[in-house]
Amino acid sequence: MSQAQTALELVDIHKSYGELEVLKGISLQAKDGDVISILGSSGSGKSTLLRCINLLERPNSGQIRVSGEELVLKRAKDGSLDAASRRQLESMRSRIGFVFQSFNLWPHKTILDNIIEAPVQVLRQSRDQAVARAEELLKRVGLLDKAKAYPGNLSGGQQQRIAIARALAMDPQVLLFDEPTSALDPELVNEVLAVMRSLADEGRTMLIVTHEMRFAREVSSQVVFLHQGQVEEMGPPEQLFGNPTSQRVRDFMSSHLS
Amino acid sequence: MSWDWSIIWQYLPRLLDGALLTLELVAISGLIGFALAVPLALLRVSSNPWVRALPFAYIFFFRGTPLLVQIFLIYYGASQFEAIKQSVLWNVLSQPYWCAIIAFSMNTAAYSAELIRGAIQAIPRGELEAAEALGMSRPLQVRRIVLPRAFGIVLPAYGNELILMLKGSSLASTITLLDLTGMARTIIARTYTPLEIFFAAGMIYLLISACFIGGFRLLERRLNRYQHYRHHIAHEMTDIDPRLQD
Repeated sequence: MSQAQTALELVDIHKSYGELEVLKGISLQAKDGDVISILGSSGSGKSTLLRCINLLERPNSGQIRVSGEELVLKRAKDGSLDAASRRQLESMRSRIGFVFQSFNLWPHKTILDNIIEAPVQVLRQSRDQAVARAEELLKRVGLLDKAKAYPGNLSGGQQQRIAIARALAMDPQVLLFDEPTSALDPELVNEVLAVMRSLADEGRTMLIVTHEMRFAREVSSQVVFLHQGQVEEMGPPEQLFGNPTSQRVRDFMSSHLS
Repeated sequence: MSWDWSIIWQYLPRLLDGALLTLELVAISGLIGFALAVPLALLRVSSNPWVRALPFAYIFFFRGTPLLVQIFLIYYGASQFEAIKQSVLWNVLSQPYWCAIIAFSMNTAAYSAELIRGAIQAIPRGELEAAEALGMSRPLQVRRIVLPRAFGIVLPAYGNELILMLKGSSLASTITLLDLTGMARTIIARTYTPLEIFFAAGMIYLLISACFIGGFRLLERRLNRYQHYRHHIAHEMTDIDPRLQD
């Protein structure tokens, strides 16, 4: 893996909401094929960090690079950083897949239309090409028979699998998962984790904010533990789960892995 | 009191002529009003307060003053300006028909813009973030997600607005137009049978309203095929149109 290119690099990301500083300088690097799990108790800034990567949340300082390309940022009136060029931001976003906790499918479009929307409208693929690819992805997440259904007719687990297919349809260089199973009933969690596991197995670069400890331990190449907006400890899963140096991580793991 | 059915039958064709003009006024003003309402609503949800101010002032004025006053302002007001009378505008503004269309269009545009604004703001934030995260540009988001979604949400309330407009269109009779109400008054002036003729006119209004309601129900079924969201939409609606709450 030493030859692997850097897929994603975050340098010294800061983010405040008014007086409250939620990210206090976080740097992170993902090489191609890395699966990085981001752990931490709620309020530690995990989701905010993930949302700063594609500027769903604007950081106050820091740098973001995707495959070596730096996102050019400029200071906005409210003191946060915004993309200097909308076009670069849009192009970069199209290469970063994002999977939300609440799926966020478009309810007025069929499953198929949800998946082909961005490939056709953003990447300018032909409809036929996009449909062929969408069907491939639907088969992969086991929901080909739902192509003509609407999101409202699907269970949460099915909706999240569709949301993953929608992100994959863009052939992203990096996939970001923001607590993808937290909104699901317990019995639906595994079908989503199975899809994510298969993505990890085929060498996709992924950043995963999650509370699924066992899953994180099994699929991650790196684990990052955040505490109050800072990296408390970072390392391979054997270290963080087996023998963490930080007492805080130790306590967290023992209370979550029982 | 004597009730005379024959007078209704005798004047029914004239009343139907009036109804046709009523429908024409509502249809044309409805289309123009809706076309104006969409950009107004989009400006209204802008993040820039200066951009928001213009549609706000427009909507504030047209919702805050009676439709009758608006009609009079245009119909009687325009002729007070020599500059207007000399210009090509006068070709339009000298005709009560077009004055009514202008007043109705601008009035319904204001109400509809508020409805559409409410619908846009009722779209769950996450659906827009999803579009955003896939790299869709702002105009693309508006065209592909925001407006189609907002139209689906606004539909029941908009049907309501059209019915209010149908009834408001009776004010066209105050500027000499022979719409359904105007026609009824003209007939009554000749026959002195207000009860029968206003009863008939009322029935025709009722019939048109019923057609509107049925039409919108069909349209709704088509546009909001994603059945599961039915109850969801019902909630969004009461949020944006207080008139639906009672």
